[in-house]
Amino acid sequence: MDLTFSAEETAFRDELRAWLAANPAGAPPHGDEDAHYGWRRDWQRRLADAGWAAVHWPREHGGRGATLTQSAIYYEELAAAGAPLPANVLGLLLAGPTIMTWGTPEQQERHLVPILTAEEIWCQGFSEPDAGSDLAALKTRAVQDGEEWVITGQKVWTSMAQYAKWCMLVARTDPDAPKKHQGLTYFLLDMEQDGVEVVPLKQITGESEFNELFLDGARVPAANVLGGVGNGWKVALTTLMNERSGLAFFLQVRMRQLLDQLIGEAAERGLMEDPVVADRLGELHLRCEVLRLTAYRGLTAIETYGQPGPEGSLTKWMWSDTNQALTQLAADLLGPEALTAGAPWAFELLRARGNSIEGGTTEVLKNIVAERVLGLPRLK
Amino acid sequence: MHFDLTDDQKEIRRVARELLAARSSWARVREAAEAGAAYDEGLWRELCGLGWPGIAVSEEFGGQGLGAVELAVLLEELGYACAATPFLSSAAAAAAIEACGSEEQRARWLAALAAGEATAGIGTRALCADGVGAAVLVLLERPSGEALLVSGAECAPLETIDPTRRYATVSGGDAEPLGGRGGAGAVAAADRVRAAVAAEVVGVAQRALEMTLAYVKERRQFGVPVGAFQAVQNRCAQMLLDVESARSTALFAAWAADAAPERLPEAAALAAAAAADGGRAVAASAIQAHGGIGFTWEADVHWLYKRAQLDAALLGGARRHRAMLASLAAARVAQATYS
Repeated sequence: MDLTFSAEETAFRDELRAWLAANPAGAPPHGDEDAHYGWRRDWQRRLADAGWAAVHWPREHGGRGATLTQSAIYYEELAAAGAPLPANVLGLLLAGPTIMTWGTPEQQERHLVPILTAEEIWCQGFSEPDAGSDLAALKTRAVQDGEEWVITGQKVWTSMAQYAKWCMLVARTDPDAPKKHQGLTYFLLDMEQDGVEVVPLKQITGESEFNELFLDGARVPAANVLGGVGNGWKVALTTLMNERSGLAFFLQVRMRQLLDQLIGEAAERGLMEDPVVADRLGELHLRCEVLRLTAYRGLTAIETYGQPGPEGSLTKWMWSDTNQALTQLAADLLGPEALTAGAPWAFELLRARGNSIEGGTTEVLKNIVAERVLGLPRLK
Repeated sequence: MHFDLTDDQKEIRRVARELLAARSSWARVREAAEAGAAYDEGLWRELCGLGWPGIAVSEEFGGQGLGAVELAVLLEELGYACAATPFLSSAAAAAAIEACGSEEQRARWLAALAAGEATAGIGTRALCADGVGAAVLVLLERPSGEALLVSGAECAPLETIDPTRRYATVSGGDAEPLGGRGGAGAVAAADRVRAAVAAEVVGVAQRALEMTLAYVKERRQFGVPVGAFQAVQNRCAQMLLDVESARSTALFAAWAADAAPERLPEAAALAAAAAADGGRAVAASAIQAHGGIGFTWEADVHWLYKRAQLDAALLGGARRHRAMLASLAAARVAQATYS
């Protein structure tokens, strides 16, 4: 057991830290979501120029072939430096690795570089109004028409669709397949066409991070099927398996920073003398550390056994619960100041409600833990 | 970065699990408990013969010269078995004296503790595990956080709700700081003892979880195993989260004790807070998930619940550790702000 970084990991961290110090992302522009996104896009171009956009990608595709631990270090350092996630985060984390696994040489040649440089942004067309946690229930249809597929249906919670050139789209190609997860196909959909309409979805924060995506006769050439017709469920699983690995460390550091900020504000108000306040902040400190330690245990398990151990399924649940408790405590301690429209704490409080829904609801995560980790029977 | 046991440590765990499964069944624990913590002298002799009490004592004093992580592995297994032995107190005291004691203290106590010729007690004057008959006590004095080495004290048996272990109240005796006069050593010694108790709690909670899983897969109501109901499943998932939280922090504390002593105060507080609350919560959930059976004397989960309660008391409860963590975090924030 060794909880220190190896010489190689330390060298990686030091090099990145030095680069981030010399190349700060700078302060984000205020107010305008488009300007904010432009800032992140510029940031990714700078990362890509220096070879820091996709450290987990293999070198042949412009990455650094980073180990999982190095990848964790990367996200921790990015967050610690106050830098944003690269603009094309879905392309880097999801589309790129999925195309590397399932794509033809032509598809890889066509798509990987523009993902890396943020020249082409990607979004993810999985969820539908009636297919959230139950992805295999999706209804969007794809019908073959000569050398093309014609797509009709609706996707929802499509973040970055307003900026995206491409969409990872799963649609039903065989409605008569005996099981609902059969008969699905994974498409690389060009967003720039008439059959695609993007409608922003206003969320409880008042912002629009997400969109609805209406597909009405959108066309995809047969060459843009990924992983073969009817194989969409397997390809989609590749995308989903990639989803939570590296980001956890970015989010963990962000939450730590938020907690430190709350502790600072509580101290300024003399609230640390209150034993009840200290108790609740101590509990949050504990939960942040448990998350960090458990996430590292998860990395070791994957590096050793090729798959996460029982602790691997817990970190997203821990994070969302803790972030919600943290932002709620801020409202308790800071009062109306934290509830004023436009106040950063008010935003954090509202945004945190999404944490236990996005990327797998806590209810579904508990089901997964119960069935796959604990081996409990499924109710027929 | 390798946050897992080594192969050698896993082997120690495997051997301990097998041995205790054979020697410390529930029938045996129950027998000891019902006779008022009548420790199994044969089992204790066997553990001493294997050198377990001296696992973290240097070879110079007849120990095995291993570390806090190996000790934690054994403690987890003894907690898992809920074994009725004075192992925790003796081994934790020996590890604390080995790591933090003065030359004189080490020379005086370690050989006898490592060989099992003498036993030790740990805790406070109000609640001391294995105090009766102990040659030496390691007491955690609350306000200062220091550990005191106490000999010649009067220990009166204290009957607690946990009859799988002997407890006592302590009066009198000659007390000296463990590791010299009020130095950091005495605080580190207390942290080592807490890390050891936290490691035991991980085993207690792991066993409670496993017994619960076995039961809810077997027990049928409404024509299905009760483990198929989501309310039961969610409870079990929460139990896993609490077990793994306690495990992450207990491993961190055991590792820090030897490899990064400067991180031990925080690591021990994390482990103590996670274990004190988590152990009780998991064991309480085990009783609930067993339904009516769980409330009976016959279903052995209550031994785990009782042990978890007393271990939490030995840890001094979670609150003081959370308070310590809060002030530590606040000090870091202040330092970052003003530097």
